[in-house]
Amino acid sequence: MTDIQTRAAEGGLGTERSHSEVPILEVKNLVMNYEIKAGMVSAVEDVSFTLPKGHSLGLVGESGCGKTSVALTLMRLAAANARVLGGEVRLDGENLLELNDEEMRQRRWDDISMVFQGAMNSWNPVYTVGEQIREAMDLHWEPRPSAAEARAKTEELFQLVGLNPEMIDRYPHEFSGGMKQRAVIAMALSCDPKLIIADEPTTALDVIVQEQILEELRKIQHEFGMSIIYISHDIAVIAEITDLMGVMYAGKLVEFGDTVDIFARPRHPYSWLILSSTPSITGPRRQLAPLEGEPPNLLDPPSGCRFHPRCPFATQKCTDEEPPLEEVEPGHKIACWNYEQVPVGILAEAE
Amino acid sequence: MSEQNGQTRVKVENLQKLFPISKGLFRKSTDFVYAVDGISFEIKEGESLGLVGESGCGKTTTGRVLVKLEDATGGQAFVHNSDRDEMIDVMDVESPEDRKEFRKHVQMIFQDPYESMNPRRTIYDIVAEPLKVHNLGTTEEKEQRVVDLLRLVGLTPPEPFLFRYPHELSGGQRQRVAIARALVMEPTFVVADEPTSMLDVSIRISIMRLMLELAEKLGVTYLYITHDLAVARYMCDKIAVMYLGKIVEMAPTEELLSNPMHPYTRALLSAVPVPDPSYQRPQVEIEGGVARAINPPDECRFIERCPFAVDECKTAHPNLFDRGNDHLVACYLVAPDGSWTGRERAKLELRS
Repeated sequence: MTDIQTRAAEGGLGTERSHSEVPILEVKNLVMNYEIKAGMVSAVEDVSFTLPKGHSLGLVGESGCGKTSVALTLMRLAAANARVLGGEVRLDGENLLELNDEEMRQRRWDDISMVFQGAMNSWNPVYTVGEQIREAMDLHWEPRPSAAEARAKTEELFQLVGLNPEMIDRYPHEFSGGMKQRAVIAMALSCDPKLIIADEPTTALDVIVQEQILEELRKIQHEFGMSIIYISHDIAVIAEITDLMGVMYAGKLVEFGDTVDIFARPRHPYSWLILSSTPSITGPRRQLAPLEGEPPNLLDPPSGCRFHPRCPFATQKCTDEEPPLEEVEPGHKIACWNYEQVPVGILAEAE
Repeated sequence: MSEQNGQTRVKVENLQKLFPISKGLFRKSTDFVYAVDGISFEIKEGESLGLVGESGCGKTTTGRVLVKLEDATGGQAFVHNSDRDEMIDVMDVESPEDRKEFRKHVQMIFQDPYESMNPRRTIYDIVAEPLKVHNLGTTEEKEQRVVDLLRLVGLTPPEPFLFRYPHELSGGQRQRVAIARALVMEPTFVVADEPTSMLDVSIRISIMRLMLELAEKLGVTYLYITHDLAVARYMCDKIAVMYLGKIVEMAPTEELLSNPMHPYTRALLSAVPVPDPSYQRPQVEIEGGVARAINPPDECRFIERCPFAVDECKTAHPNLFDRGNDHLVACYLVAPDGSWTGRERAKLELRS
């Protein structure tokens, strides 16, 4: 058995839902701002969610909605001007925000690893891919792996992500884009993390290659019970690979729940508009929803609900008071005062 | 969606664009990338054609050749001149005067709204430039025209935008400016190269809506270049699928999506992510990535990745022809009536 399988077996992980055990990740009331000359940018505002072991969670939203900021805060890798103003990030029960830098350094890769956006372009061209993966293992394995151990592990990982193990000794320029991305995923798995964060793992890849990579990630999650957080602006990708999803808008989590439930019946007006108007090659042609305007400037976010200036259901209350994220059905949370106004299901085009 | 029987606005016949691979200063290049290799299509009035494929398939090069940003190395292309009601031969557009005249009728919208505008010019200068080049109207008339266009593309109220610079606008607003600039001369034909791929979901949708609206209002014909079949479904009446410089399949949009015939189109369609978690996708049949078309041998371009290839596929690249319902396919394994013969052909070969 591989280490990943052992770990999965010990944890009793599987693909079935078991919400009772300690979740792998619990984020509570996370608040993070970026300090810039002009003031504080409210990038992540009071975000809370829970990811049970062995599940995949998708965070969707437009650029600047805070999805990558959430991920970087979890990794404690946010930019130097990032200020975490409150909240907890519990990985397997342990609050990462209370660790000192050295302790956090040890958790990274070991316990929580990240596939960064565009990581496939950050391979160092003068070392072989194998050497670069070895470096991560040397720094994080206890004890340090022997050359043979490292080799065996890398070969196993290469097979897992669908790469020929002979490629270990090749240089990055000999890899295609899709192969580089597979190698990045192999590297993220090299220290047997408990949780992987994948930030736009397939953006910039062609669809056929994208489908292959998503398939590998799906396999890693289902076969090994890996917990994965996906960050993507592509709603269709989130539909394909996650069991839970959170929709973010302007730094706030506005809807959270089971992916199937949310796609069947998005309840927040923003999710409803976005999901309704995502172009699809299947089903009836949908109406392209009239979502006018642009996301707000987070230096000075709108009062009350941050979506109210663009919301077709907004009332005076939305301008005045901020809606809390509340459970409206078991496991399905939304932050909206007027969610009952949102039509059931998505818009279909009457042609 | 418009009528199919309008006047022909764009006609492309056997268009070819080869790029030589440089071998050094004094050696003549003998190797070529066959970026676009003998493609033909026609676009009717008010219709839009989607050119779809993976990166490197030649879709952008086709667009650039049609707007004269590149010179074709073979074939012919014609674009309708609405002033004189005649077809302009794109290959004959050579002199600066010809190009100037040509640009009245043909315009392009680029993928990256951040890089396709001069950062030192105001929005007014950018949109009014074609009017200045063609010396149309007085200053007041130009200003009025720009204001009208900005309003048309949804930048309202338009006046505050006139003297702003591109960096002061968001990506969506910039793409609206790019659309206004493309439309200022009232062109018949606009090549739109992934105009929404850099934009966020909600903004992408509003730009798509805008482009559809304008097509209807102004009768613009689009060649819409995209890698995203779902977007093409909304924007185009017809879709052409390209692979390594060749069109392998072309059909009216819904026909192509519901009845794909070429193995590549089928693979492409089954790989497109679907925003419906309960959807059961068909298995993707092909593997590997797109190769580069350097001096390709005389065989089907798709042969290396095709799981169904038979001996005949090695003879020459198959012709693109109609299998009924205006559905054109270039594949030996698709029978003239559109039925799939892959399985029987493979069996026959095994027996012999």
